[in-house]
Amino acid sequence: MSTVTETGRRFRPASARGFRKPDQNRRPVWEEKPSWYGQFGKGSVITVVMLLILVPVWGVVLTSFSDKGSINSAGGGLVLIPHGLSLQNYQLIFSGGTVSRALFVTVLITVVGTAISMVVSVLCAYGLSRSSSFAQRPVLMTLVVTMFFNGGIIPTFLVVNDLKLYGSLWALILPSAVNVFNILVLRAFFTGTASELIEAARLDGASEWRVLWSVVVPTSRAVIAVITMFYAVAYWGTFFNAILYESENATNNPLAVVIYDYTLLGTTMPGMGTTGVGGLAQASQTGLSMATVTLSLIPIVVLTPFVQRHFAKGMLTGAVKG
Amino acid sequence: MAAITTQEAEASTQRRRLGVGRAKAKGPKQQRLNWRIRLRRDKTLLLMCLPALILIVLFNYLPMAGIIIAFENYDIYQGLIHSQFVGLANFQEALTDPGFWQAFQNTLVIAAVQLVLYFPIPIVLALLVNTILSPRIKSFIQAIVFLPHFFSYVLVITMFQEFLGGAGVLNVFLNKHGISSWNIMTDPGTFKYLVTAQAVWKEAGWGLIVFLAALAAIDNSLYEAAAVDGAGRWRRMRHITLPGLRGIVVLMLVLRLGNALSVGFEQMLIQRQAVGASAADVLDTYSYIYSGLGGGFGGTTSIGGSYSYGAAVGVFKGVLSLVLILSANKIAHMFGEDGLYRR
Repeated sequence: MSTVTETGRRFRPASARGFRKPDQNRRPVWEEKPSWYGQFGKGSVITVVMLLILVPVWGVVLTSFSDKGSINSAGGGLVLIPHGLSLQNYQLIFSGGTVSRALFVTVLITVVGTAISMVVSVLCAYGLSRSSSFAQRPVLMTLVVTMFFNGGIIPTFLVVNDLKLYGSLWALILPSAVNVFNILVLRAFFTGTASELIEAARLDGASEWRVLWSVVVPTSRAVIAVITMFYAVAYWGTFFNAILYESENATNNPLAVVIYDYTLLGTTMPGMGTTGVGGLAQASQTGLSMATVTLSLIPIVVLTPFVQRHFAKGMLTGAVKG
Repeated sequence: MAAITTQEAEASTQRRRLGVGRAKAKGPKQQRLNWRIRLRRDKTLLLMCLPALILIVLFNYLPMAGIIIAFENYDIYQGLIHSQFVGLANFQEALTDPGFWQAFQNTLVIAAVQLVLYFPIPIVLALLVNTILSPRIKSFIQAIVFLPHFFSYVLVITMFQEFLGGAGVLNVFLNKHGISSWNIMTDPGTFKYLVTAQAVWKEAGWGLIVFLAALAAIDNSLYEAAAVDGAGRWRRMRHITLPGLRGIVVLMLVLRLGNALSVGFEQMLIQRQAVGASAADVLDTYSYIYSGLGGGFGGTTSIGGSYSYGAAVGVFKGVLSLVLILSANKIAHMFGEDGLYRR
């Protein structure tokens, strides 16, 4: 019975088609057909949940593409039904003011930070992947302890200050470069899925570096993609560290801090009047800040679907074995 | 050969950790090599761990040593060693400050509200999504509900502000229909529900992953057998699905209880000015603001705020959190579940 359900629709013999309708062919035979109101209830709950997520994103993105007139007619708030589209908001924020600078800073720390974090984490995860190796357990414990206890904000701030990182972009990268949970996920994957391949490669005389680069990295692409995304998202959303370490150096503010300033604190965007594209008169603060928010949403919305199918795999190797 | 020994070692550590089956361990006892030989053999592996270790020591262990300032009257010019030692004075000061107790109470209340209102949602959603047969629709739904997890709290709160704030969609609509506006974003009374709603919006979809995986791990033949025996949809859910989820639910509860004192630091900080300190201060924000560093968030240095004072509150919270994690884990063990440290 189960063989029939597992066979693809296209390959089923014509005779089998008579027994059940095609849209039923994935439902196990023993399961009763759901009632129409059950189906309807389930469908509407899921639709509502998805709308609760999609409508805000839609509102933000649409407002960022709207001209001042349509934002004003929406009472100065979000535009939910499109009319009067324009790219003006983007022209303004890209014309080299605070937002352009913040975008540059954010991209820089995301790219450099993610690269550093990944190199450090993959190396460490591989270094810890053999349970019989020298000092493996003490090193692992050293890392794990930090998941449960840390010095707190103030002592960390003082250390960063003493290391002369205060006010430098490195302060946004180095203190958060290592995430122990991510290392544990990678390690669990290396010890589990890749372990036999690793042993085979070592028997063939490959050095550890060679094994890591030619065997481990290619076979663990899925989990590496997931962890890269985790790190990148964390750097992309950097907020508190910037508040803590860059407060005297506004040119180092990342996007999140700029968004906080302009949308939540309501500071007027500087440079709005000085730009040549039309200045203050044509722009709306809401439009500009929503354009900034959209900039910060785009990479996430574009990239998530590509990595999405690996999430479960990446998370679960960590959750189950970590 | 090498593969076998590694696995053997893995298995034996596993056994040792579990404390079972030691007597039953089969095969010749693995010979432990001299540490010098092992060091020479594994030096590359150790070298690979070095960068991460350096970063961890610098930014996690050095600050732990810096906890000393909580017992000092720290002066940045005199440094860690030469600052005046004051014992528990900073803690005493905190424990007599009503603001501290307000922050403590807020932390517990918000954590409790989140536990009750947030925790069941991913489970219910997972049960719903799990009944969808088409893998395409399933993955489409997941792609959408996962999204907010990757938005930072600044973005999440901005969106809430644009919808529920003073000039937001809701109030524009209310005003248009002659109803007086209600600015949820600045209402201290409902703040605990607001932050819970934000947490649900951001994380509930992501919470699905774990429960969906647990659901997928339940043996389908159990359902088949139950159905053949005449158990209906609800009885199958009660007697197969829910017991199948028990382990993961306990684990998630333990994690949540362990982190109970760390309710959304950034989230509270960002909204502190809008709703006021008495509603938004939690232990973390209190520690930060009263260290004198958080001037930008309506903080003040005049009420005895100092690095030492902030650090003392941080230590108080850290120790309490550790106790919470360990006891939550103990409870999990009592329930016969694995809890946190099986690693």
